[in-house]
Amino acid sequence: MSRATLIEGRAAPLPIENLDTDQIMPKQFLRGIDKSGLKDGVLYDLRFDSQGVARPDFVLNQPRYANASVLIGGSNFGCGSSREHAVWGLQQFGIRAVVASSYAEIFYSNAMNNRLLLVTLPQGQIDQLMGDAADVTHHHITIDIDAQKLFSRSVEASFDLLPRHRRMFLEGLDSIGLSLTFKPQIEAFASEHWVKQPWLKDVAAVTRRRLDASAS
Amino acid sequence: MTAKTLYRKLVDSHTVASLDEQNLLLFCDLHLMNEYTSPQAFAGLYEQHRDVLMPGQNVAVVSHIIPTHPVKFRVIADPPSALQATNLKANCDRFAIPLFDTNDRLQGIEHVVAPEHGMIRPGMVVICGDSHTTTYGALGALGFGIGTTEVEHVLATQTLPYRVARSMRIRIDGTLPQGTTSKDLVLHVIGVIGAQGARGYVVEFCGEAIDALSIEARFTLCNMTVEAGSRGALIAPDDKAVDYVLAHAPDMAPYKEQALALWRDLRSDAEAVFDLEYAFDASDVAPQVTWGTSPDQVAPIGGHLPHLHELPEGPVRSSAERAMRYAQLQEGQAIEGTAIQHVFIGSCTNGRIEDLRAAADIVRGRKVAPGVRAMVVPGSGAVKEMAEAEGLDRVFGDAGFEWRRPGCSMCLAMNDDVLEEGVRCASTTNRNFEGRQGRGAITHLMSPAMAAAAAVTGRITDARKLDRTQCHEPR
Repeated sequence: MSRATLIEGRAAPLPIENLDTDQIMPKQFLRGIDKSGLKDGVLYDLRFDSQGVARPDFVLNQPRYANASVLIGGSNFGCGSSREHAVWGLQQFGIRAVVASSYAEIFYSNAMNNRLLLVTLPQGQIDQLMGDAADVTHHHITIDIDAQKLFSRSVEASFDLLPRHRRMFLEGLDSIGLSLTFKPQIEAFASEHWVKQPWLKDVAAVTRRRLDASAS
Repeated sequence: MTAKTLYRKLVDSHTVASLDEQNLLLFCDLHLMNEYTSPQAFAGLYEQHRDVLMPGQNVAVVSHIIPTHPVKFRVIADPPSALQATNLKANCDRFAIPLFDTNDRLQGIEHVVAPEHGMIRPGMVVICGDSHTTTYGALGALGFGIGTTEVEHVLATQTLPYRVARSMRIRIDGTLPQGTTSKDLVLHVIGVIGAQGARGYVVEFCGEAIDALSIEARFTLCNMTVEAGSRGALIAPDDKAVDYVLAHAPDMAPYKEQALALWRDLRSDAEAVFDLEYAFDASDVAPQVTWGTSPDQVAPIGGHLPHLHELPEGPVRSSAERAMRYAQLQEGQAIEGTAIQHVFIGSCTNGRIEDLRAAADIVRGRKVAPGVRAMVVPGSGAVKEMAEAEGLDRVFGDAGFEWRRPGCSMCLAMNDDVLEEGVRCASTTNRNFEGRQGRGAITHLMSPAMAAAAAVTGRITDARKLDRTQCHEPR
């Protein structure tokens, strides 16, 4: 199996409910115009104290979880801000998959669009995975995307993936390119839409021109 | 014909094509951008040599990184942030996308700027690389937040691959008691259904209490519905919504009759079936204050933090425990009376003129308590000018508040408005997450009147008590 379809490595337990994207990627790391440098920001306040010293008790700072490639998370993982930087940062940090019982919607789309795998499993299995991951002698995990299966010491689970997302992972879908093949339909749709609702055509440009005209 | 929800009508009227069993291609009428979630999207376009398909349906606002110091000409001192702003302008110039730039008189928070200039109209689909795009449901427009990859997608195609959400209806009858607002209402709802209670759903609000809300109050409600995890929030547009839009969008005038005929159908059919329904009584709502690090960790002003043993064992209890430790509060402790050091009034949730008026009504004739730093950051240049015309800047200034320039500011502290560790803040914003307003800073979400009451008393206070005192004092 190729790299794209198999994720194998250490799983780190992160039993925090509603882990929001402000925590995953704090504000001070959002000032770039590209995607670089986000590795440093991942879970910054959890990894470092206010003096910037690594907290030895935090799971991702422990040598036995070095190079962890999978996070076992709490429910509603990635809630809050839409910042995709959270996903880019996790990937730059080496995380290839997150396993949790639920994810916030925007985070879910962002992750899929970047091929960060999010595996959704029932809370019971998450609890077992959390236990496996907490035991450093058994924190190895294997996720087979093609087969949609996950294996750890005590869990063997199947997971769902929408056909579209599955294709994105296995084939690497150019989503924009695909939508652009609909360009004639999009333009035809828009013309008809604007016949019915002419006030929606160029709504932003028309508004800006009106404001500029009234200012001068 | 089968009965449809308002949500379904909006999706159907924007469906360009079906992509597969779960996904359709959704046309987006308006795409809003800011300086920090769009740069990588433009970079992606350049890399692929792609164009912006319909520039006139897009607009950008410098909102998140902008400093709010009360200076005439704003200079972004932080070099990377300044680059984000100049980069946004360069991108907009290149593709002829309308922009509200750093020193534009009308600059502000994107979700305040767009509706106040009439860009949001019933029946639209509006998206933005910002989660609080749900705001626009207040005018019967489907709004939702997207990530940067999707920003690029919209720029290139004016569409998004879209998976239809489940539908939820929240009916709120009764009357909000005196001294409570839609902020209290939405915090109450989030407290009951939870921070993921609406995950996967688009929520339609209806009922007497919703009908009674002003449009600005509805913005607040729909804005914060995303804190329950929702993929959208909607209110069927009524006469109030129509009047608001016509008043703010003068270019609608020639189309008025045509628009009214279409907008009349923007409501859920009587027989429409929702996947989930809730009912609330507005008269149960008291002023709300969050105590924890998730918006659903909330209590009425007369209430107290939960006792840990009262909470179900497992995640709910452990996150409450974690939140209490972070917020430096004890289980069972009363909310009222907690000392605060900072007050922030502003944000896309509560930075509009009605919010500032409500806060000013408490502040008028009073002083900010010793040891408290209080600031008002209007939601936009237009809000600021309106407030100044009404003399609100003087009300706040005389009391010892800082009267600042518009922006997102301390809601997410991406500019230089950042709280110090351990500082406790009464805030009219939308998120009390760990570190949101500054590392180790503690946020209590509340309404503008409640934040104003905290400012003048130095502690979390029931603003209704001050109201009564105020009535007996000469103004």
